[in-house]
Amino acid sequence: MLNSISISHVFVLDQDQALDFYVGKLGLEVSNDMDLGFMRWLTVRVPGQPGRDVLLEKPGPPAMDEASADQLRELITKGASGFTLGFTTNDCQKTYETLVSRGVEITQEPTEQS
Amino acid sequence: MSRAIEEFNRRQLRARDAMDRAYAQPLDIARLAGIACVSEAHFIRAFRATFGETPHRYLQRRRVERAMFLLRETSRAVTEICFDIGFASLGTFSRTFHDIVGESPTEYRRRAKVKAVPTCFTMAWTRPSSLGPSSFGPSSFGEADTASRQ
Repeated sequence: MLNSISISHVFVLDQDQALDFYVGKLGLEVSNDMDLGFMRWLTVRVPGQPGRDVLLEKPGPPAMDEASADQLRELITKGASGFTLGFTTNDCQKTYETLVSRGVEITQEPTEQS
Repeated sequence: MSRAIEEFNRRQLRARDAMDRAYAQPLDIARLAGIACVSEAHFIRAFRATFGETPHRYLQRRRVERAMFLLRETSRAVTEICFDIGFASLGTFSRTFHDIVGESPTEYRRRAKVKAVPTCFTMAWTRPSSLGPSSFGPSSFGEADTASRQ
């Protein structure tokens, strides 16, 4: 039976900008960056975590029609694309401060939970 | 390459994020309109067109969601929580909380259970109300069933 999640998926508007964010700001690393001709297969992962990739895919033809891609882009730009990804960290407060110093916009600062 | 609507949405989202971050501060329409790059007069309408509710209502729900968190997770007094989240009077806070959640802060605190899910998820889903009742019925976070109450 299934034994792990190996690839999860995020739609992005621009793969270079996404790379700058996920690698340059969040500190992930490129797992795979291949020009398939019909599409750029771009995956990132947490450093030291092979086998758990996040696919950064740009919506559009031929995978889907332009009108559907436009609708997706509208939802993404208004922040309605859902939960997307969850990460863990050893030091939440320190990571928060590092990410904010790099210009990541975080709407809720860390809070203690029971 | 992005279309005007995408740029417009991005700016509206920037303004909404700014509200989420500074939820305890008074609603500053001039500042938010600046972030969204629209005139003050246009901002409220534009925000509503994008997110389905006014900035004022959105901020109220953000504050009430914070109040629900503090009621569940801490033992701070209701009055302290009211000022923590930016309400200037206990009366307004209690009325707004009751309007949105369907019960008083004290009743909510008695019933609510802590659930181990990410904060951002709780944040998005424990804000019932002007967008209609939850499509999943009364949630296990303990807010009242807005559909069957009345």
